[in-house]
Amino acid sequence: MTTAPQTLFEKIWNRHIVRPETSETPAVLYVDLHLVHEVTSPQAFTELRERGLKVRRPAQTIATMDHSTPTTPRGSDGIIPVLDAQAQIQLNQLEKNCIDFGIPLFAIGTENQGIVHVIGPEQGLTQPGMTIVCGDSHTSTHGAFGALAFGIGTSEVGHVLATQCLLQSRPKTMEVRITGTLRPGVGAKDIILAIIAKIGIGGGTGYVFEYTGSAIRGLSMEERMTVCNMSIEGGARAGLIAPDHVTFDYIKGRPRAPQGTAWDAAVADWATLVTDADAAYDATIELDADTLTPMITYGTNPGMGIPITGTVPTRADMADEQSKAGLEKALKYMDLQEGQSLIGKKIDVVFIGSCTNSRISDLRQAASVMKGRRVDSNVRVLVVPGSAQVKKQAEAEGLDKIFTAAGAEWREAGCSMCIAMNGDQLSPGQYAVSTSNRNFEGRQGKGGRTFLASPLTAAATAISGAICDPRDIR
Amino acid sequence: MESFKPYTARYAVLPVENIDTDQIIPARFLKTTNKVGLGEMLFSDWRYTDAGGPNPDFIINKPEYQGVEVLVAGNNFGCGSSREHAPWALQGYGFKAVLSTYFADIFRNNSLKNGLIPIIISEETYQKLVAADAEAAGEVEISVDLASQTVTLPDGEKVHFPIEPFAKFCVLNGVDQLGFLVLADADLTAYESAHAARVNTAGL
Repeated sequence: MTTAPQTLFEKIWNRHIVRPETSETPAVLYVDLHLVHEVTSPQAFTELRERGLKVRRPAQTIATMDHSTPTTPRGSDGIIPVLDAQAQIQLNQLEKNCIDFGIPLFAIGTENQGIVHVIGPEQGLTQPGMTIVCGDSHTSTHGAFGALAFGIGTSEVGHVLATQCLLQSRPKTMEVRITGTLRPGVGAKDIILAIIAKIGIGGGTGYVFEYTGSAIRGLSMEERMTVCNMSIEGGARAGLIAPDHVTFDYIKGRPRAPQGTAWDAAVADWATLVTDADAAYDATIELDADTLTPMITYGTNPGMGIPITGTVPTRADMADEQSKAGLEKALKYMDLQEGQSLIGKKIDVVFIGSCTNSRISDLRQAASVMKGRRVDSNVRVLVVPGSAQVKKQAEAEGLDKIFTAAGAEWREAGCSMCIAMNGDQLSPGQYAVSTSNRNFEGRQGKGGRTFLASPLTAAATAISGAICDPRDIR
Repeated sequence: MESFKPYTARYAVLPVENIDTDQIIPARFLKTTNKVGLGEMLFSDWRYTDAGGPNPDFIINKPEYQGVEVLVAGNNFGCGSSREHAPWALQGYGFKAVLSTYFADIFRNNSLKNGLIPIIISEETYQKLVAADAEAAGEVEISVDLASQTVTLPDGEKVHFPIEPFAKFCVLNGVDQLGFLVLADADLTAYESAHAARVNTAGL
């Protein structure tokens, strides 16, 4: 018997059907790994307590503290001080919930703590073919391993805690094919910003992306995570990349990766997780990597991106009245003019971090620009590693010394100024170049203005004090 | 969750595209462990001045819009993060439904879990609602009936809106989805017997 050709998405989806979708009810979909953090889980645990339910599979669940944790340096006692009483209550609540329900927790200050989307891959928990969910929209990051991974709300966090399942209607699939080869100075962040600029922030709503093509194959595992991370900024809840030797090499030897004969069996299985030659996507878009330049956003959503050498769009470029109004509102908030260039725009803060760009390779890139240089005296530069393990590795390589010698702050691991819940935030009116994923109004602090860019562009801007094309600083 | 009853309500228009969840409720208000008081923080950065008082220019602060129960918003409402605090804040304020030409996926799912109905309307209907509001600010009403999936516009025209059958059933009957999943236990146990756990976090 031959089976019909399937996309990578279909193969993973079909493996996790507990009860098929009908015309009346969505599918019951099994979840292999549930990631939990302090912000979107407390009300779900309350729900479980009120109903007398247990966590069905605590050994398929892992919790970490990341969103509301301070990243300020440790005190002389080795403890990271939490000064915000409300944050402390939330962190204590997560700790209590994990103890009461038997869930492993990477608490603040411990050796494996970090951003939820950094620690999963780091521990070898994120593996091809799995379904992975978390109460966080950037769960799409894990799709870089060929896992179906997506963000859920707190009600659904409760569903997964109690039943290890979700009710899901099957999404559509979109192939996002990136042909050609990236030019020097252009990276994964530029690819995803270019994709979102092309399709808009709602362009992928209802779809799961599968990133294909030579430029994607040429990316490292961490670069693939950067691309998949921002799938949600294009409206897609999940983004996938078929696993290959790059994936297997990254996973091998990690703490929770399969070992011995189980490893061989796993790789043999994972190698089948590709879209079959004749399988059909519901839609396809294509970009040529050879034409890409470093990207930067000018507005108040991640779709408002331009090549760094380009100019801010004008009202005349907008297709309709709503888009014109959107552009005007964004430019007013950003205090920018239509048609202007961004290169040379003075900056107050540079933030290097977040689940998009806080892994060791991101920090190496930033350090390669900052090495032997000083950051501009008018710019505050925060470098925030994605996890305690990333921090440790960076320190072993001496990257921390490069950053501090350049005048940047080297901080503890967490989400930090990407979401600005933990005290790391912009002041009203300040401009930041940020390696994070969202430039929404007030995202990095009320009244703060964000330009999204790659670690190379952020580091080059830190040195020059104004928005800078990283290719000009080599 | 309470079961849905048809209603007639006044509405406010927020004619902005791509209203993201950071605008609906900024992240600094997510350091809570319950759902209490989130309505006060709805649209906080637009609704309050830097000094903390109400911004008199913001739509729901205007006297004629007090007590509105429906929000009509620009395209792609609710994009951004997965925070369920967004629908909780809208409901906490008193909104029963949001009408837009497009909703982000996670926001739509989260809303339906709480009985806040994301009603997808055509661009034409959106423009009619904007025009009717422009003529009689805060005074015009619409009616929402979930059973027939219709919104009755101020001029009496009835427009149909889509909703998944299962979500409709749950909201109409005040049934929550967790209860449904708990009842799927036999299928779930069978699945787990046939598939070994693909990962083990124990001891981490």
